[in-house]
Amino acid sequence: MDEIYDVIIVGAGAAGLTAGIYSSRAKQKTLILNEGAIGGQMVLTHEIANYPGVESTQGYSLSNTMKKQAKSFGADIKSNAKIIAYHLEDTIKWVELEDGRTFKGKSVILAPGGRPRSLNIPGEDTFKGTGISYCATCDGEFFTNKEIVVVGGGNSALEEAVSLTKFATKITIVHQFDHFQAFEHAIKEAKENPKIEFVMESELRSFNGNGTLNSVDIEHLPTGKMTTKNIEGAFIFVGYSPNTHEFKNLINLNERNEFIVDSDLKTNIPGVFAAGDCIAKKYRQVTTAVADGTIASLSSSEYLRNLK
Amino acid sequence: MKRLQTEIHEIETASELEKLVAENENVMVCCGRMGPMCIPVYDTMEELESERSTIKFYSMAFDSPEAAPIRNAAMCKGFMGLPFTVYYKNGVMVQATSSIQNRSQITPILDQHFK
Ligand SMILES: Cc1cc2nc3c(=O)[nH]c(=O)nc-3n(C[C@H](O)[C@H](O)[C@H](O)COP(=O)(O)OP(=O)(O)OC[C@H]3O[C@@H](n4cnc5c(N)ncnc54)[C@H](O)[C@@H]3O)c2cc1C
Repeated sequence: MDEIYDVIIVGAGAAGLTAGIYSSRAKQKTLILNEGAIGGQMVLTHEIANYPGVESTQGYSLSNTMKKQAKSFGADIKSNAKIIAYHLEDTIKWVELEDGRTFKGKSVILAPGGRPRSLNIPGEDTFKGTGISYCATCDGEFFTNKEIVVVGGGNSALEEAVSLTKFATKITIVHQFDHFQAFEHAIKEAKENPKIEFVMESELRSFNGNGTLNSVDIEHLPTGKMTTKNIEGAFIFVGYSPNTHEFKNLINLNERNEFIVDSDLKTNIPGVFAAGDCIAKKYRQVTTAVADGTIASLSSSEYLRNLK
Repeated sequence: MKRLQTEIHEIETASELEKLVAENENVMVCCGRMGPMCIPVYDTMEELESERSTIKFYSMAFDSPEAAPIRNAAMCKGFMGLPFTVYYKNGVMVQATSSIQNRSQITPILDQHFK
């Protein structure tokens, strides 16, 4: 326990792993603590075709390479690390894990990313894995020759709906607004697909079935009219929320619960930096997370130099 | 032929699965792909392997025809999410789960069946 790391990085997605690569390569004693799967959202992505220098790769491969790079420079990576308390104010900062371990560090980079939002409506927990899915690449084929709904109106919802037309007979996209928040090409592709129908300005109210999912209740928002639609599957892509709930009273967050940082990715606490999808910014991509990880690591190096 | 790039041992044939289950009291098998819902389960098994020596932790490729005993198991009926994770006690399948599971969902199952 008495070992003091130069930098503790919370989260091993694209941002955290990049920060880990830079910090450990700068010969700083680096610890990366991760709660979920190493790689974060990258492993949720079947194919990444817009990461410069790599023509096309599986998200899993890209994250595995980043993990290997960080390890090769000496970063210590611990997965399934559930942090229950943060002590960030003092010069030596420390975190406590659920299993009783504690780790000390001179600086901290927060890169906890985001997680898929769920709808939190009746039936959602019951039918997860037996009709409700959050991953078209993983589960698409279970819905071969079935009618399904896709919930959401962003890029993920539209792109995944199009990819699901390989399997499903008919897809209804249910979206809460009267327009989509997606790239033009994604909207065009979905609209041109004869298997896809749209129910706009509507929200799901419940998932119904006996053992397996067989219908959903949909409310048309302007009129309040409820309809029941018979379907055998539902895919939910309603965006991500930042994993910052546990920092609420520790670090300044904006109204969307994103970390407020300056251009060096400093938070309001000296020696604490934030990077990736969890910070207040407009565009969330692997490239932007990687850039943030770089900046946070270099800023933390400067902070460590000034400590001496 | 191995199809999964994980640190846990991979079962490649149905007869290997049968033998493993027959010869070991407590067995957990995660039958999946290298996908986002499966990788977190393999990662957790990798960690648990060093902590729980009385349990055998294995993976199996869902797309291999050899995985039919898991894909078609009565306990997996109605499953529509990868991976199919199954637990055997004294040769009998005692529990099965569909889709992603985290450590805090897996450990109560191990505690319940593999005391
Ligand atoms: C389906 C999908 C497809 C996408 N496709 C693309 C694409 O094609 N190209 C592209 O550039 N981008 C794509 N993106 C976006 C891109 O994946 C993300 O912007 C980027 O990976 C975010 O990286 P991150 O490190 O900030 O966060 P994350 O990837 O979310 O990583 C954060 C990590 O921190 C862990 N964590 C969270 N809280 C804690 C805690 N308290 N303690 C310890 N660990 C914690 C999480 O488990 C996770 O492993 C896609 C995203 C999704 C979901």
